[in-house]
Formats: sequence, C-alpha cells, structure tokens
Amino acid sequence: MFLKRHVLSMREFSREEIDSVLDLAASLEPFARGKKSDAMAGKILALLFFEPSTRTRMSFETAMKRLGGSVINLGPAEGSSISKGESLADTVRVIGGYADAMVIRHPKEGSARLASQFSPVPVINAGDGAGHHPTQTLLDLYTIKKESHLENLKIALVGDLKYGRTVHSLAYALSLYGADITLVSPSSLKMPDPIKADLSGKGTAVRETCDLAGVIDDVDVLYMTRIQRERFPDPVEYKKVASSYRLTPESLGAARRNLIIMHPLPRVDEIAPTVDQTAHARYFQQSFYGVPVRMALLKMLIGGA
Amino acid sequence: MSEDERMQKLPKEKPEGLKVKTINNGTVIDHIAGGQALNVLKILGISGTTDATLSVVMNVVSRKLGRKDIVKVEDRELLEEEVNRIALIAPAASINIIRNYKVIEKRMVDLPDEIVGVVRCQNPNCISNTMEPIESRMLVKAKNPVLLRCLYCEQPLTERIAEYLI
Repeated sequence: MFLKRHVLSMREFSREEIDSVLDLAASLEPFARGKKSDAMAGKILALLFFEPSTRTRMSFETAMKRLGGSVINLGPAEGSSISKGESLADTVRVIGGYADAMVIRHPKEGSARLASQFSPVPVINAGDGAGHHPTQTLLDLYTIKKESHLENLKIALVGDLKYGRTVHSLAYALSLYGADITLVSPSSLKMPDPIKADLSGKGTAVRETCDLAGVIDDVDVLYMTRIQRERFPDPVEYKKVASSYRLTPESLGAARRNLIIMHPLPRVDEIAPTVDQTAHARYFQQSFYGVPVRMALLKMLIGGA
Repeated sequence: MSEDERMQKLPKEKPEGLKVKTINNGTVIDHIAGGQALNVLKILGISGTTDATLSVVMNVVSRKLGRKDIVKVEDRELLEEEVNRIALIAPAASINIIRNYKVIEKRMVDLPDEIVGVVRCQNPNCISNTMEPIESRMLVKAKNPVLLRCLYCEQPLTERIAEYLI
C-alpha cells in the first residue's frame, strides 16, 4: 500500500500518496479517540528527540500506544552515549536494532536523511533544524480536508513566512491540490523567493500582501503562525507588527461563516483566547488530528495487523 | 587598438609551443578559466606533495576566454569521472588524453548528476558539516550556470563554488 521506506520531506510525496495517508487516517480516527486496537501489538517505536518537543513527541507516543504498540525513548542527551561523542550514524544503527521504526528530531538540517542512510528500520523526520517536518504538513492537510475542503481551496498563510518551516512545506503540498494561496506577512518576513518561484512553477496562484484585514473575508482557511520577537531588533517595531497580525472576534467580523482558523501551536499573542469560543477555531482539533495521521504513517511503514 | 581588436589579430592559439613543450603521455586540460588552475588541481586531488610531473600555465591570452589556464599531468590518464568535476569551476575546459605525443582522445567536461566528496555544503548547520562518517553529496540541478543542491539539507549553492571545495 505504501512504498516509502522513510518519511523525510513532503517533496517526496505525490498527491496520491498523501491521499492514501489521509484516507487511512480517517479510518483510524475512532482508535485515536480510544477504541481498542492491538494492530501494533509486539511492535516497538523508538523516539529520538535531540531537541525538546511536547506535542510531536507525545502524539507519536499516543499514536503507537493507541494501536497497541510500545515506545522506547532516547531520553535527554545528557548522560547518554551522545554526550560521550557518539555519532548520529552509530546511534541510529544501534537503536535500529531495538525498534521497528524510529522518529527523529534533531537540531541539524539533513539529520533525518543521514539517519535514513544508516538505519535498518524506517525513519520518520519530526523536524531537522530549519528543514522539514512532514508529519505536521500531513496533519495540516488532514485538518483542512476534514474541517474545510482541499479542492478549490482559498487559504491565507499568515505571519512569519520567512523562517517558518511549516508554512513552506504546507504551501508546497497545497500546490499539489491547486490551492489559491495568499501570503500575508510583514515585509521583513516574506516567503523566500525560491519557494514562491517553486509554487508559481507548479501553476499555483500566489498573492502577497501585508494586510491581514483585507483577506479575511475572501478565504476558506486562515493559517496563523507565530511571529517571533527575536526576529525584530527594535521592540517597538515588533509590537506594531505583532498587533497588526492578531486575530480577535472583532477582526473576524467580515469572515465567511465557514472560515476555519488553524495554527501549528504553540500560540502566543496572534490569536486572542476569545477566538477559541468562535465557530472558526480549529487549532486544538488540528493538534488532535496529529494522532490519527501519525497512526496512519506508522501502520504504513511498520505494517502490523 | 581596442582589446577586442587586439584579440582578433592574435594568431590561432598554440600555447603548448609558446609556454610549455608537448608531453609524451598524460592528460592536458585546456581552456580553464584564467586563475582557476590551482582549484582544478585541488578538485583532481593533486596537492603540492604529488610525485606527478605537472605543468601549470596560468593567465595566457586566449581568443575564447580572454585569459585561460592550462594544466598538463604527465604519465597519468585522468578518468572521465575525475575530470568531469572540473566543470564545477571551469565549464569550458577541454580534456586531451595524450599517448606517444598524439591526442588520442579529446572531449569537453560534463558535470555528472551528483558530486560526492568535492564540495562542502555552505550551510553551517547542515549535518554534512559535522563529524558524522559521511561525505558531502551535492546534486547537480543545473549546469550553466552551475546550481548544486545539498542532498542532506537541500541548501542550494551557485556562486563562489571554489570557496567550498574540500
């Protein structure tokens, strides 16, 4: 059903392959909500997080355990073989002997691809520095499919489009579905030209603006991202920019009735807590959908009953 | 007389006769962009401690390139995969294999699809720039101008390639 041995980057997925992940995720949702499964009984997933992570690590752990499998953890790097200077290549060769698949997050770009060259079992990239985080993109697509629609989608990607890796790979994946994409960011945090050129080259309609208020009434999905304080040398400038990209119930007055708001979380100030009560908020649901989507990937990569 | 007119009046090139004598057996790399001969040697893995008999001619006048360098390596016929890497910094270079004073093979350099262990990634945070037991791997995405992409972190490299030679 799934020919991939590793999940490293969205660029390696065709639209058909994405669809097959999303379809399987939909069928696994009852198990993500607690229905008993022992599909992964006897299987072990290794979690190698060389950087702190809460939701990604825990949702992989939840996905594996809900399917009846078990999880082993690298634990903190201090006190482990890593602190003794062991290479990542050796670490994955050793741990690959203990587990049926491994999930890796590492601060260096390209680390997951390196791991895939040495690991005897499938490797899932859960973030390699400023590089890729494909399971986030898959759960974003699943959320859009479930809560809105992937066909003829009009979406605005909002906030830090320069450094935010999630929006880069989401924009790429959406181009496979012919989405109409509006990029909304302060001028200093625009999406890099090579990524935009890549989208245009695929025939995707891409518009750019700094004005969030001007697009709210014209899209199906608002995908918000965090604007980080450290990107701005001047704190006054940061406050000005951050406040103009803040969603409140009032700023959503002109929104379409079925507009949905997404956010990869954690949020800071960009979505007011009062927005949580509106019919538009989907970010917590989005976070939950990480479980069935990761279940689907695990089943496809490891197999099991 | 303008520089262009001066170039027009130059006789057809005979740099071997002009600067260094022909070699008996080996490889002549001609039409290297002026000033790049030492980088070509670096790509070929020929260092200052080599035993090979080498002739390096730099910045001779060329009708085609303005200024060009020539490298002659005696008694060694360079393999195609070795010389093709030269296209990274000298895309117009030509290779002449010499046997018994005769050119028995002449070809242009042509970059392969992947370059292994020759150019390091310019991204300091790339896993290939750590102590991991791997060689750098660059995918060749375009040949003119050269565009490389790191297999690991996918960062492109297009300018100042010579600065990243290993």
